[in-house]
Amino acid sequence: MGNYIKLIVFGVIVLLALIAASYARDVAYMVNALEVALVAAVAFIWILRRTDEPVKKVDLSGEYMDGPIRIGVALTAFWGVVGFLVGVIIAFQLAFPQLNFEWAQGYLNFGRLRPLHTSAVIFAFGGTALITTSFYIVQRTSAARLWGGNLAWFVFWGYQLVILLAATGYLLGATHGKEYAEPEWYVDWWLTIVWVAYLLVFVGTIMKRKEPHIYVANWFLLSFIITVAMLHVVNNLAIPVSFFGSKSVQVFSGVQDAMTQWWYGHNAVGFFLTAGFLGMMYYFVPKQAERPVFSYKLSIIHFWALIFIYIWAGPHHLHYTALPDWASTLGMVFSVVLWMPSWGGMINGLMTLSGAWDKLRTDPVIRMMVISIGFYGMSTFEGPMMSIRAVNSLSHYTDWTIGHVHSGALGWNGMITFGALYFLVPKLWNRERLYSLSLVSWHFWLATIGIILYAAAMWVTGIMEGLMWREVDANGFLVNSFADTVAAKFPMYVVRGTGGLLFLTGAIIMCYNLWMTVKRSPAVEATNHMVPAE
Amino acid sequence: METYSLLREFADSWMLLALFTFFVGMVLWVLFRPGSSKTYRDVANIPFRHEDKPAPERDAKEA
Repeated sequence: MGNYIKLIVFGVIVLLALIAASYARDVAYMVNALEVALVAAVAFIWILRRTDEPVKKVDLSGEYMDGPIRIGVALTAFWGVVGFLVGVIIAFQLAFPQLNFEWAQGYLNFGRLRPLHTSAVIFAFGGTALITTSFYIVQRTSAARLWGGNLAWFVFWGYQLVILLAATGYLLGATHGKEYAEPEWYVDWWLTIVWVAYLLVFVGTIMKRKEPHIYVANWFLLSFIITVAMLHVVNNLAIPVSFFGSKSVQVFSGVQDAMTQWWYGHNAVGFFLTAGFLGMMYYFVPKQAERPVFSYKLSIIHFWALIFIYIWAGPHHLHYTALPDWASTLGMVFSVVLWMPSWGGMINGLMTLSGAWDKLRTDPVIRMMVISIGFYGMSTFEGPMMSIRAVNSLSHYTDWTIGHVHSGALGWNGMITFGALYFLVPKLWNRERLYSLSLVSWHFWLATIGIILYAAAMWVTGIMEGLMWREVDANGFLVNSFADTVAAKFPMYVVRGTGGLLFLTGAIIMCYNLWMTVKRSPAVEATNHMVPAE
Repeated sequence: METYSLLREFADSWMLLALFTFFVGMVLWVLFRPGSSKTYRDVANIPFRHEDKPAPERDAKEA
């Protein structure tokens, strides 16, 4: 019976999406509608083939729901490579503008590819990693199977659909024009539905937990889910121009819109890329080090301090703008204060290894996690420094900002995710160990050297262009034209692209290693199949 | 008074006090609550308990 309802629903969705495609007012909307129709058709056929077939009733309450997590691990690796590849391409497009090919103008030029790169890395790679690992962590630390049955699958595939719609939309020109919030109104609405379902699955699992205490990783993950829901809805308040077009108009305007955008933008960093990934840190680092977190008290204070302070830091993106002075000062002060809880968390993560530092020599996975925490500490020092108005007057609009973002994204988010993937794959496929530890070492060094080349190049070019922009001669005239600074940046742009290439190579090696782990590594006895008849 | 000034006034005084009190209270609660060290030593080991399968239902345990 349930299947018949699903078939009707998917059939209607196909029909409506095709109607929407035929009435479409722009290409992006038409392509997105066709994608929705295609996905719904695939779901329709998939369910149809299972309808009225005999079903075996299996009691699954005795095992964790790892299906979405396995696919999530594979997709995280896949999106990572896609995101890094697009990043390398646009880095070389900046160094060599000829790579903005004439035949691909309007689709594959820098302007279209850059949001694709940021979203692919943050939301496709990072988001899939977060959903995947949060499902893994919340089950293990609650000692309960995911709540909501197939709702977890809906969350998982629903989120992948968001990625697909957003990515193709960007290339065809559908965008809000808001950083990290580019997807247009219908993608926003769909993401809201998926996100509420995600919240339900996560909270439902916590509600039926068998551990009396909610482990700290879940606090971080829950704050990430709730805050992202709030940020997403408020920042994407927009009215569609037409029901059959991708264009929408923001409700806020002027400085209010800017403030809302950077309240969103900085908390995307604070709650998506920090709180969520700290949830990963608080689970995977103790697991890999095989010892509990250094100080559980510190982890709780870390949590509350982080969420209390991060939410105010956004205005530091708007120094020297129409934003009132008091607001940008407030943002600056909170950014500086934020340094403390961030370093508290870093110390907590690093000191988890106290007494087990020898593992750094033998275990390249823990090395990866440790360097990721190191980068977390570095970028959470750099960030507060750059938020100070005087520093910001030099750094803002320069490549220094890009360097800062990448030491956080590649170093902290990337490395902790790689560490988590290396941890998860042997567990999820019941393998004794990874296929090759020396390949992990290769990945580690390629990625680390890549980030260092990247960040160092961006520091040099960022500070250089900041100084060039403000240089005045004896009569008070600017010395350099904008094009002078662009020309001076060329060598650093090549170094940056090379760093990205090394990072990408490392990620491809990781994919090979994980694939071979599943295919070749010796299996261990499965332990999670039967409910014991006690 | 217009809404902006009213909210601004409230945010600068009572809300600030409430949030700050909550925060300080949380820190004191975590650090100095009697028995907290013992509890936290125990819960810090949660990741090592149910790696492979969920905890059995409570009534199943009793049976």
